[in-house]
Amino acid sequence: MRVGLFIPCYVDQFYPNAAIATLQLLEKLGCEVVYPQNQTCCGQPMANSGFEHLTHGCNELFIKNFDGFDYIVAPSGSCVLHVRDHLHDEHQEAKAENIRNKVYELTTFLTDILKVESLPARFPHKVGVHQSCHGQRGLKISSMSELVAPSFSKPGSLLNMVKDIELIELNRIDECCGFGGTFCVAEEAVSSKMGKDRVADHLQHGAEYITGVDMSCLMHMEGILKRQGSNVKVMHIAEILNGVEN
Amino acid sequence: MNTGEKEHAELADVFNKDEARVNWHDETLWWIRAKRDRSVHQLPEWEDLRETASKIKFNVLSNLGTYLEQFEAQAKANGITVHWAADAKEHNEIVHRLISEQGVTQMVKSKSMLTEECHLNEYLAEHGIEVIDSDLGERIVQLAKEPPSHIVLPCIHKKKEEIGDLFHMYLGTPSNMSDPQFLTETARQHLRETFLTRKVALTGVNFAVAETGEFVVCTNEGNADMGAHLANVHIACMGIEKLIPQRKHLGVFLRLLTRSATGQPITTYSSHFKKPREGQQMHIVLVDNGRSVQLGREDFRNSLKCIRCGACMNTCPVYRRSGGHSYHNAVAGPIGSILAPNLDMRQYADLPFASTLCGSCSNVCPVKIDIHDQLYKWRQVLVKEGYAPTAKKIGMQVMTTTLNSPGIYRTAGKLGRIVMRLAPFAVNNGLNPWYKHRDMPTPPKESFGEWYKKNRK
Amino acid sequence: MSENTQATNQLPLQGAGGSREKILAAVKQNQPEPMELPDIAFLKGDPEGVIEKYSTTLTNVGGKVYRVSGYDEIARIVKEIYKPEDRILTLIPELSGITNEAFQPSLTAHHWENVDLAVIRGHFGVAENGAVWVTEELMGHRALPFITQYLAIVIKAEDIVPTMHEAYIRTADKTSYGYGVFIAGPSKTADIEQSLVIGAHGPRGMTVFILD
Repeated sequence: MRVGLFIPCYVDQFYPNAAIATLQLLEKLGCEVVYPQNQTCCGQPMANSGFEHLTHGCNELFIKNFDGFDYIVAPSGSCVLHVRDHLHDEHQEAKAENIRNKVYELTTFLTDILKVESLPARFPHKVGVHQSCHGQRGLKISSMSELVAPSFSKPGSLLNMVKDIELIELNRIDECCGFGGTFCVAEEAVSSKMGKDRVADHLQHGAEYITGVDMSCLMHMEGILKRQGSNVKVMHIAEILNGVEN
Repeated sequence: MNTGEKEHAELADVFNKDEARVNWHDETLWWIRAKRDRSVHQLPEWEDLRETASKIKFNVLSNLGTYLEQFEAQAKANGITVHWAADAKEHNEIVHRLISEQGVTQMVKSKSMLTEECHLNEYLAEHGIEVIDSDLGERIVQLAKEPPSHIVLPCIHKKKEEIGDLFHMYLGTPSNMSDPQFLTETARQHLRETFLTRKVALTGVNFAVAETGEFVVCTNEGNADMGAHLANVHIACMGIEKLIPQRKHLGVFLRLLTRSATGQPITTYSSHFKKPREGQQMHIVLVDNGRSVQLGREDFRNSLKCIRCGACMNTCPVYRRSGGHSYHNAVAGPIGSILAPNLDMRQYADLPFASTLCGSCSNVCPVKIDIHDQLYKWRQVLVKEGYAPTAKKIGMQVMTTTLNSPGIYRTAGKLGRIVMRLAPFAVNNGLNPWYKHRDMPTPPKESFGEWYKKNRK
Repeated sequence: MSENTQATNQLPLQGAGGSREKILAAVKQNQPEPMELPDIAFLKGDPEGVIEKYSTTLTNVGGKVYRVSGYDEIARIVKEIYKPEDRILTLIPELSGITNEAFQPSLTAHHWENVDLAVIRGHFGVAENGAVWVTEELMGHRALPFITQYLAIVIKAEDIVPTMHEAYIRTADKTSYGYGVFIAGPSKTADIEQSLVIGAHGPRGMTVFILD
């Protein structure tokens, strides 16, 4: 199984450990993983800001980098959602469609394609799971509190395979953290207040780590935690599942 | 209250200066969302109801012309006079005329977001007609000279002490009386006098049935009925999209509406008006005011399915932390943000951006409007129409150039991280909006790309 | 009653410049391709335990429920709660003994402003929300169930349906009313800081007598 590794731009630049963990985890699970080195960004920051018409270059580059893999996997819900919804190229639409159907967020890839049932990882800590909105409501990687439907969680089921981990409860299990792309600076007051409230929920329930499938949400919450001088850390789920030494 | 030309972000920033108040506003509305959840989870068929309602509304929009004609014919046969208003101005003129014909200068009104949209009260005041809003929440904001901040809970932004002060100032209650029971009793006595003396009553319309020509008004307070049944003239105002095809469909919508709005199984009164009372005139004003235009917008017409329940506002984390007035529009929150740009793109270009696109709104919408998808699509339209700020346009161009070229991207990333490590004050300062309440991420020595090149190739 | 208040269809067609035509033309031009109505017959309530469910639900929304075996029992309960000087009106002949004021039909309702209790019949109850369906001819005047300080409605136990779907099926051929209303409990508001207050502009309290 040949997997193209798609690393979101900000993970590449600021959180390489999450990318390294993703790579290692996929390899441990038997995938041949290739990282196309000329990838940059999926184009979501522009598209969500109303500039979807400027994303042709990003789309073209994405198709160039990721054409020909069995699967494309990324440690991100929002980037994968963007590609699934918006990757188009009028000159190579067939390739674009092919990629859209094969791009997966990491935990979904593990549960749905690799059908992982156990993991050797151990993480003896209290962990709060942040449900990143685009992964949850967009990709349906877990159930949504608004709906009358059976509850499930792909990230949660994987975390439950990790030894000695303790997943904490939350008051609001799937409220948005407030990052929202350029929203985080364009509506700074509301964004930081939303992040502060999310963090407070985790702190109130004794989290030592906050994890999730999207580093953007975690980056935003980390910024607030650090400003508060908190010892609580954020960590991408890939690192926990991969078995981080700490 | 005139928010002038201020945009959502600026108004929200002001709202957030009082954090304790934001917490109070946020928690109150979250509690209502929680009540909604408890209520809907009691119905295993809830998602079927939503899907059914959505399909009924799709059918309505695709046959709206026919249903309007059918409704008009039925209503007229029942003795109701039907008026058509192309826009807000015409609506206001019609209502004014109907009042003047009675030789009166006063009217009692129950809740109608349509009349807020048309700024009816202001228009009538300019023409010497006094309007008393009989819904308690509406009466409170009327006394405060503010617009409602929520379509179902008009004064959700007001604390009981503030309401007590308003009643003390305008209704003569003793000062420092803020007990809700006492204040409600005061309003009951004050408004009872209004109901007993007004000859003209205006109500909104929650649903109008094409099949039978009847319309339904839902209240908990009984104020719509007190006004209408005691007046000589009952004027009902509705947006043309409020039609439903058949009477039996009311079963679907009435089961969805109040559970979505407040978590109650139904409002105390679901009043079905079909014929005028003996000796009474009944009028219905059908209002377009941009709805037929929205109907023609393929990406946005589904916003017309809205039954004005307010659930999207209660669930929206941005609305809860910025307040309805930050949207400077009669209808605020997620639904307001996809309806308003249709009326005036310039004035409302900021609203679709007042969102993280979290998608919670679409999930609670009882008629399954794809609100968060429409917010995204409005962003594209507004930028194309030229409503993006110049700085943003430039920033996006720079981002595009950078991200289109792997070489420039890698260099820019490396440089950025170097600057952050060696000269942190360059980004950790007041000019960086991120930095106001958050620390910047710690820049790593190498990017993943650099690590991969070194360790894997 | 002045001529101005006569209901009439002879008022001239409104809409400067034919707004009706303008609006209909715009709507017909812009409406999307027809989409079929969904079937709703599959939406049904559970007929089990409706009386119990009705009582619980109505109580939860602030109403009072009495299960009674006859009109005598209703009369007795009313007499226990109300004083001789209270003004009581009823449209139910079997209960005429609870009041010394006969109901006089009237076009206006303002003189009933100080009625303490009105007792009327309802057609049926809806278990899922505690509502009663009442139409104009049972009310005496549309305003009476609202202007009275307290309201009581009598329904038969066998006339309780599970949900609104059954309610509309049941009334499908009974649509000749000029006004009808589902009344679910006493009037109320939570507009002041979400504190629930029973008794807003309509009745301060509402009782349903379920007659076996």
